Order: sequence, then C-alpha cells, then structure tokens
Amino acid sequence: MLAKICSALLIGFAKALTGARCVWKGCHPEPKQRIYYANHSSHADFVLIWAALPPKLRQQTRPVAASDYWSRTKLHRFMIHQMFRGVLVDRVRKEGSNPLEPMLNALGQGDSLIIFPEGTRNREEELLPFKSGLYNLAIAYPDVEIVPVWLDNLKRVMPKGHVIPLPVLCTLTVGEPIQVEENETRHEFLDRARASLIALGKGE
Amino acid sequence: MLSHDQDTFFLFCGIGAVLVLASAIGFLLKLFKGNTPVIANLNARINAWWCMVIVIGIAFWLGNTAVIVLFFIISFFALREFITITPTTSGDYYALVFAFYAALPLQYILVGMDWYGMYTIFIPVYVFLLLPMFASLSGTTKNFLERTAKVQWGLMITVYCISCVPALLTLNIKGFEGRNLLLIAFLVIVVQISDVLQYVFGKLFGKHKIAPNLSPSKTIEGFVGGIVSASLIGACLFWITPFSFVEAALIALMITLLGFMGGLVMSSIKRDCGIKDWGHMIEGHGGMLDRLDSVCFAAPIFFHVVRYWWG
Repeated sequence: MLAKICSALLIGFAKALTGARCVWKGCHPEPKQRIYYANHSSHADFVLIWAALPPKLRQQTRPVAASDYWSRTKLHRFMIHQMFRGVLVDRVRKEGSNPLEPMLNALGQGDSLIIFPEGTRNREEELLPFKSGLYNLAIAYPDVEIVPVWLDNLKRVMPKGHVIPLPVLCTLTVGEPIQVEENETRHEFLDRARASLIALGKGE
Repeated sequence: MLSHDQDTFFLFCGIGAVLVLASAIGFLLKLFKGNTPVIANLNARINAWWCMVIVIGIAFWLGNTAVIVLFFIISFFALREFITITPTTSGDYYALVFAFYAALPLQYILVGMDWYGMYTIFIPVYVFLLLPMFASLSGTTKNFLERTAKVQWGLMITVYCISCVPALLTLNIKGFEGRNLLLIAFLVIVVQISDVLQYVFGKLFGKHKIAPNLSPSKTIEGFVGGIVSASLIGACLFWITPFSFVEAALIALMITLLGFMGGLVMSSIKRDCGIKDWGHMIEGHGGMLDRLDSVCFAAPIFFHVVRYWWG
C-alpha cells in the first residue's frame, strides 16, 4: 500500500518535472514481453522510462539495477524492491555465479525488463560499447522483443554531482524491435543494437 | 447577483456560444469533407479551446488567488519549454535552479502581495544582476554572455511578461472596483481572437506572405483581416472595460499589433533553434508558448497603458 502511494507520487513528480513524453515510433504500447534497452546518463533514467510507460505495461516491466548501489540504505532497498520491483544484478563478477541469472529468472516469469547495456552511467556524448548481457538474454529468450528507447535531455535534468532536478522536458523515443538474426555473432548483434539506438537518437 | 458577476456570466455565455458554433462547423466539415489533416487539426484546436476556456472559467469562479496560481503554473510550463528548446549547459545549473525555484515563485508572490514597486523591477533589475553571478560561480566561461542572456530572456518572456496578466488584478481603477478580472478577460479574448481570425482569414484569403522565412502561415490578408476584425470585436467588448468604445478599439488594435509582432519574434527564436513548435502540450496548438507568444508581448504594454491612463 505504502509502496503504491510512493510510486504514484514519484510518477506524478517525474511527469510534472519532465513531461515524460513517450513517442512510440517503431512499435506500439502493447503488453508484449519486451526488453527495453536505453542510453544511460543518470540515476533518473529508469524511473523516467518506468513512469512514462502506460500503467498496464509498467506493472509487468522491471528495471535492472546495480545491487551494490541499491542495497546501501533501507530507503534504497524499499524503493528498488517495493516500488520498482527491480531486478538486482552484481556488477562485480563472483566465482561460479552467473550474473545474468536474476534477469533470466524475471524473463522466465514473463516480466519485461529495462536495461542499460552500456553498463554504466555515461558522461560522454557518444554511446559507449554495449556489454554482452543483451545478446545472451536475446539468445536465451528469442521470443522476447528487444526494443531500443532513446532518452533525450535526462542529462540536463540532473547534471553530474547535483541533487536538485531541473524542470526540462524529456522525450522517450521507442524504436522498432530487433532480434538476433541467423548466423549473427555476438559482436555483430551488439553493434547493430547500438547503431539502431544511435539512429533513434538522431531522429532517423 | 452583482452587476460584474452578471457581466462575467454573459461574457462566458457568449464565449460558450462561439465555441458551440465552432464545434458545430468543425463537425459538419468533418462530415462532408472528410477528416483531412487540416480539418482534424481544426477540430483538435477547437477541443483545446474548450479545455482552455473551462480552466480559465473555473479560475475566474474561484477568484483572484486562483487566477494568480493558474498563471504561475502557465509560466512554469512556458519557462520549461523555453529552457528545453534553448540549449543550456551544466554551467547554467545554479542559474537555472534559481530561475525555476526562486525567481518564478517570487515574481508571483510579489504580484499576489500587490507590491507594484517590486514586481515591476524584480526580474528586469535584480534577477538580471543575480543570474550572471550564479552563472559565474560555475566557473565555465564558454559562451557566457549567450548562456546568461538565454536564461534572462526566458524569465522575461515567460515569467515577467506572463505575470503582467494577473498583475492587472492589482490595478485600482476609479469606478471599476472589483471588476479587474474582466480586464484579464478583455486582454486574453482580444489577443486570442486575433490569432484565431488571422488564422481563419489567412486560410480563406491568404495569398501574400508577410515573412516567409519566419512563419509561412502569416499572410497580409490574414494580418489585415485578423487585426481589423479583432479590434472591432475588442471595441464591442467595451462594456466589460473602463474604456469607451473608441478607446477600446484603439487599445484592442494596440494589443493585436503587439500580439502579431510577438508571434513573429517567438517564431524567429524557434527558427534559430531549428524547431517548429515549442512543445506538445496542447493538442493542435503545439506547446504552451505557441499559444501564448502573442500574450507575452501584449500583456506588459497593456498593463502599463491601463495603469498610466486609468489607474
């Protein structure tokens, strides 16, 4: 109950501040199982994608987040578990464990995911190379749609090292789903996924 | 019922009647000519007008404070659009925090306090000096003048100019006590009806473009038809103002000319930034600033003219 109220407040706040406008360019907001992947520049990124999704889709979409950051305090844990139903992953690789396992479990339960394949928040203008997680997930669940989402202006809402968010209109452009093609290597797929996200950002 | 309540009531009945007529025409056009993009846009515009009139009507009904709060929210949306479109950098962070969280609310609080001596100079003088101080704190000197000017311009246009609309409530006009809301109605109706009529005359008779580089939809026919007919409508509304028929006509003419030029100036900014609309907030109209560009230019001059000769 508390989590629901907090979520509603946070969604309202995010929308009031940024407008959180979603432009469905390459697909429609249907309740299909999807992996939304996006460019990453601030902690607010997944909150905005999550807030901008229609409620029906939001309920089935879980952000993937770094477990070290989100396990720090009681408030962080409450937010990531109760409010966002986040999927926590270890950024540091441990012996004998598969870092993709939490994501595979979530996909197995029929949930959609929000992931940032650059692997880290990006301060540069250019998109960083993608980590291979996206490819492995796509291979394990070939029926899940891989959907690029370009986030515009998020960097201006909360520039590096500042805490007070600025009201700047943000647009999320949702592109056309991609899939791993026959005989496509990991490298080729990741490059193609990255290229289609960049194209989306340029308005192509 | 007091007489000014009655006037306001009749005014809104009149606006309602015009909108019913517009909706009926829009419906018939759709029925007989099919839902072409132009007709769909027309209907979206008419529906947005209904929403705007209802929101303003509710604020009027709730009273002065609600009107000030309404324009505060409008200013917020407009400033957000302005800052989104004109690229600022992380070096402007403190200036922008100050603009949004201090200057914007303070301006409306000063208007609400009826502190004329302060709200007329707060942004043009105090904020003008404070913003570059905040900007220089960041230590970034690249494009310093340009960046500072953008934030200052944004505040002048979207906060100072728009706040001149609710500031009309603070004027003391002899024999017009308690009727100041009607001044706001007069200003808003004349500016907006002029925009609408310029659009209608332009669509019907427009041939010669005024400023093809700036605004391809503005034509001489639309300009003349819109300005003349809106000034006449303004004159016919003299009964809600402290002006005589001729005075109301002249003031309406001034408002419409300023509104027209405001539209051109704001178009120049849009062209410079490479965009067509300020935002996507109001369906069929674009953003808040696309609807308010003419109000921004007409409001402060109208405010000062009325204060000087009638206040």
